[in-house]
Amino acid sequence: MELSNKDLLAIRDLSPEEILLILDTAESMKEISTRDIKKVPTLRGKTVINLFYEPSTRTRTSFEIAGKRLSADVVNISTSTSSTTKGETLKDTGRNLQAMNPDLIVIRHSCAGAPKILADTLPASIINAGDGAHEHPTQALLDAFTIREKKKTLSGIKVAIIGDITHSRVARSNIFLLQKMGADIRVSGPHTMVPPFIEELGVSFMPDMEEAIHDVDVIMMLRIQLERQQHGLFPSIREYSRFFGLNLEKLKKAKSDVLIMHPGPINRGVEIAPEVADGPYSIILDQVTSGVAVRMALLYLLIGKGNRESN
Amino acid sequence: MADSLTRIILDKQDINRTLTRIAHEIWERNRGLENLVLIGIRRRGVSIAHRLSRKLQEIAGISVPVGALDITLYRDDFSEIDSQPVIKKTEIPFSLKGKRIILCDDVLYTGRTIRAALDGIIDLGRPMSIQLAVLIDRGHRELPIHANYVGKNISTTIDELIEVFLEEDDHIEQVIVIKGHKDGTQ
Repeated sequence: MELSNKDLLAIRDLSPEEILLILDTAESMKEISTRDIKKVPTLRGKTVINLFYEPSTRTRTSFEIAGKRLSADVVNISTSTSSTTKGETLKDTGRNLQAMNPDLIVIRHSCAGAPKILADTLPASIINAGDGAHEHPTQALLDAFTIREKKKTLSGIKVAIIGDITHSRVARSNIFLLQKMGADIRVSGPHTMVPPFIEELGVSFMPDMEEAIHDVDVIMMLRIQLERQQHGLFPSIREYSRFFGLNLEKLKKAKSDVLIMHPGPINRGVEIAPEVADGPYSIILDQVTSGVAVRMALLYLLIGKGNRESN
Repeated sequence: MADSLTRIILDKQDINRTLTRIAHEIWERNRGLENLVLIGIRRRGVSIAHRLSRKLQEIAGISVPVGALDITLYRDDFSEIDSQPVIKKTEIPFSLKGKRIILCDDVLYTGRTIRAALDGIIDLGRPMSIQLAVLIDRGHRELPIHANYVGKNISTTIDELIEVFLEEDDHIEQVIVIKGHKDGTQ
């Protein structure tokens, strides 16, 4: 069994079997990060380029560490110091990178569809590390991996996603993935931040956060994008926090074995109270640990064998 | 199995007798069994390691810990094979530093699996020594590797395939040779 596509652009493209293959492979990869010598020779001689048009700490570092633990050579490009500032187009940057024969390019871009443009233009494998408000597939895979690790299954698990659903690629990828694996999902957030007709995705909308979280196994908090506050989507940060921030008071309404997740970076005291983020229910740092294993699995599955074309 | 191209070379009793003999040899050559550990190469090497551990317990009354090694990440033939192998877990819940390791596998053929296993083990720690135990040695080595304990030597041609079935993994128990197999890939 292997992945059918050379790229990972969206959870929507994956079958449930492919998702399971990625999660199972990641489970085997996780042990490598616990060794004294955290390195295996599998991707020796392969080149991975991290091409990030948006800021990132976790995702970029996670891909870099994942590549290095598999012995790939990893090159980081941050666009603020690249020719992008001189006006080079995405396609031209891609073609120039391709001329140096990388095996895989990880791209984050503020425009939805940017990874697809590269994937269609270049023979290298492309991984979408977040494109606009479209998808962030590796985040959803590492979230699913973390949930499965704690709850042993994804099917039948109840998940509440809270916050700015409309602008969140993390929410979209998670909805698609968890649904494919048989989880039951509801979202909550201000009306201005939840798309109309969200029910058509098979997701329920509960405007009251306390109602949304009272019987779930997992609460997934989203980062409130403070830069959007200027657009008048909510009256004040304080009000947002009062209605949709997760604090100890609201947590009392949840189940006693609930898991709290957040893709990071967190705004302490806005969408999540510090006592909750650092508390016993929080698996935020487990998510980060899972991220390396899941990305190792993806690198192995996408470029861990010989030339796809020649076989 | 009634195929005329298929020949049974070891049945259930033979396999049991053979492993009992190997266990005795391990005991003989590793007096006291101190610091001894068994590492099986996934998948059937793991079943063999567990069986040897049980036999050593019966013979010498000493329990020898067992670990499982997946060598997929250390293979040298990613560019040669058509389908991508699925990675299984390496589970070695003890330190290998200073240990005498008995590496176990079902069939010894080109020696490439063992090369990968040696690299894998050494990345996990520096053992005192590594010995190799296999159920079948079918020859045709491509690397300078030999086994310390061999269940049965079988002379084969390249177009033959040796298949080992163990109850733990396959619900039947025998070793067969299949003739006329395309390339004898083990």
